[in-house]
Amino acid sequence: MLEIKNLHAAVEGTEILKGIDLTVRDGEVHAVMGPNGSGKSTLARVLAGQEAYVVTQGQVLFNGQDLLEMDPEERAREGVFMAFQYPVEIPGVSNTYFLKAALNAVRKHRGLLEMDALEFLTMVRQKMKLVQMEETLLNRPVNEGFSGGEKKRNEIFHMAVLEPSLCILDETDSGLDIDALRIVADGVNALRSKDRSFLVITHYQRLLNYIVPDYVHVLVDGRFVRSGGKELALELEEKGYSWLENLAAAPVGA
Amino acid sequence: MSVTEIQNASAALAPYIADFERFQGGRPASEPAFVQALRRAGMDRFSALGFPNTRQEEWRLTNVAPIVQGSFHRAMSDPNAVAPEQIAAYDFPAAARLVFVDGRYSARLSSIAGTPAFPAGMVVTSLAAALAATPGLVEPWLGQLAGFEQQPFVALNTAFLGDGAFIHVPRGVASGLIHLLFLSSSEDGRATVSYPRNLFVAGENSQLTVVETYAGTGAYFNCPVTELVAGPNAVVDHYKVQRESREAFHIATFQVQGERNSVPRSHSISLGGGLVRNDVNAVLAGEGIDCILNGLYLVDGRQHVDNHMRVEHAKPHCASHELYKGVLDGKARAVFNGLIHVHKGAQKTDAKQSNRNLLLSRDAIANSNPQLEIYADDVKCTHGSTVGQLDEDAVFYLRSRGIGQEAARSLLTWAFASDIVERIQVEPVRKDLEEFLFARLPKGEVVRQAV
Repeated sequence: MLEIKNLHAAVEGTEILKGIDLTVRDGEVHAVMGPNGSGKSTLARVLAGQEAYVVTQGQVLFNGQDLLEMDPEERAREGVFMAFQYPVEIPGVSNTYFLKAALNAVRKHRGLLEMDALEFLTMVRQKMKLVQMEETLLNRPVNEGFSGGEKKRNEIFHMAVLEPSLCILDETDSGLDIDALRIVADGVNALRSKDRSFLVITHYQRLLNYIVPDYVHVLVDGRFVRSGGKELALELEEKGYSWLENLAAAPVGA
Repeated sequence: MSVTEIQNASAALAPYIADFERFQGGRPASEPAFVQALRRAGMDRFSALGFPNTRQEEWRLTNVAPIVQGSFHRAMSDPNAVAPEQIAAYDFPAAARLVFVDGRYSARLSSIAGTPAFPAGMVVTSLAAALAATPGLVEPWLGQLAGFEQQPFVALNTAFLGDGAFIHVPRGVASGLIHLLFLSSSEDGRATVSYPRNLFVAGENSQLTVVETYAGTGAYFNCPVTELVAGPNAVVDHYKVQRESREAFHIATFQVQGERNSVPRSHSISLGGGLVRNDVNAVLAGEGIDCILNGLYLVDGRQHVDNHMRVEHAKPHCASHELYKGVLDGKARAVFNGLIHVHKGAQKTDAKQSNRNLLLSRDAIANSNPQLEIYADDVKCTHGSTVGQLDEDAVFYLRSRGIGQEAARSLLTWAFASDIVERIQVEPVRKDLEEFLFARLPKGEVVRQAV
């Protein structure tokens, strides 16, 4: 699904990612953990195509295609989805209609017919239940006046509707209380399937109690300093990031 | 001024002075004397003031030289000669529709009484007809609200006043929706000038909803003045939709006076015109007034739009809320000048003023100048203005959901304008504006689908 080879990226001239290698196969869930400023969110945004992040070296293949050559909207239509750490409020644009326009752009790209209003609404109602979204949030403008938890749920709801094959969760757990976290995680888990992969970016191990990863990678100063199974997250929780931060100077091959 | 400037300035006035004498001479003898005197006062003042120039503070950023140098004539063709199909694009169902062609009332295109929505006792007519039939209703207000001591274009309009709309809503009556359509055009390839003069009097405890639409083709100069008085406890919604031709000059003044506990609301939508100036002046002359002034301007190409607002808080316990938003593209220029003047003794004033500009191109320029003058000590006044571009994080957010770049930008432009659009209570006005936006914005069909 996703192959990242020796990825380097910079923001405003400062190199943040310093050589990332990662292979994500169909259906796998990879967690990327790391202290603040390690480059976790940069990795997510580079993959989603935010222009402020400049790739200086390396390659990213998504289903064999050069992902870095694609515009953000092309990536989305090809099946990449990023749930934002800070979802944007868009007054005057209804959550439902916006989603319908996005879905139709994606479907058109995939050679599918546009959904009619009834079909769309039926589907949307069903997906809402995954994240226990209230119907009122459908009719409101995108994220406008939503609480922090509602915004994160809305991200997962968008994901459920757009049915991407690669889902990137950028610190989706930040700012969520335990109940909201559980709802979001349940939504994500319901979307796990053998053809859908996840890259779960988080600072805390807590989320991984609910979304259990196949692999955990620890990012320190722009490099993976250790990769392992889900138990690595628990070990990290116990020992803290300082345990691995001194390994950053002499990185272990990922 | 240099000698040459003085000569040029008086040369520019000469055709107006000559035309004034022709105009006065052509008025019916039955016209009340006060009108003739008012016109004469307007012309005297205009002659003294001359056209404004950019050395004057009020006109610093709006250069009317193209008007000064232009040559315009009052249209002479029959206003009833316009085919009804020509108004279809701007028409919508209303209790009354008055159509003016190059500033003159067209009885044939208008539709006043007879609709079931038209309430008994209400007067909706042309100003000329009102001056003939009910001068007593007109005289107390005409020319009394819109001052022209320092306002050359109000003086000019006053010099040529004679036609326009007159609305009188008696005490306790609700007007229904009244639509005034002002169509302008060049005539035989020559630029025309018109001076529509409107007077709306909403009596105590009455309700008035009135829409002024300005539209046209070709080159012309439109110089309208509207005076409105919202009587005690009256609720007035005034809409102005300016869709003049791109070659047109539109220099307009809207003057509103609120009396105690009235709710005057103004919504100004400025879409067309080449050189546009909208003066909106509100005098809150009684206690407990709740005044709302909203505006939206969309300009591109080389359009210039100047919104000049002045709110006078003359009495205590009044609120005024102003929100003007502009979307600028191309090499367009927008000016906003807003003054809130809180008089001594106008305690408990609650005044808010906000002007926000969205620049879609590097070459567009917005100047925003909000001002407060406060002479009372127990008030709540805020003002603010912003000039900015689309938020690139928001553009990215939309693109990351599969929306193309152009459509994403258009959606966010819509989002910026939407709070003004949503405040428009008259459905056909709101729908027309939405259609205008769908047509104007790139990938507007995606916006249409998404809102």
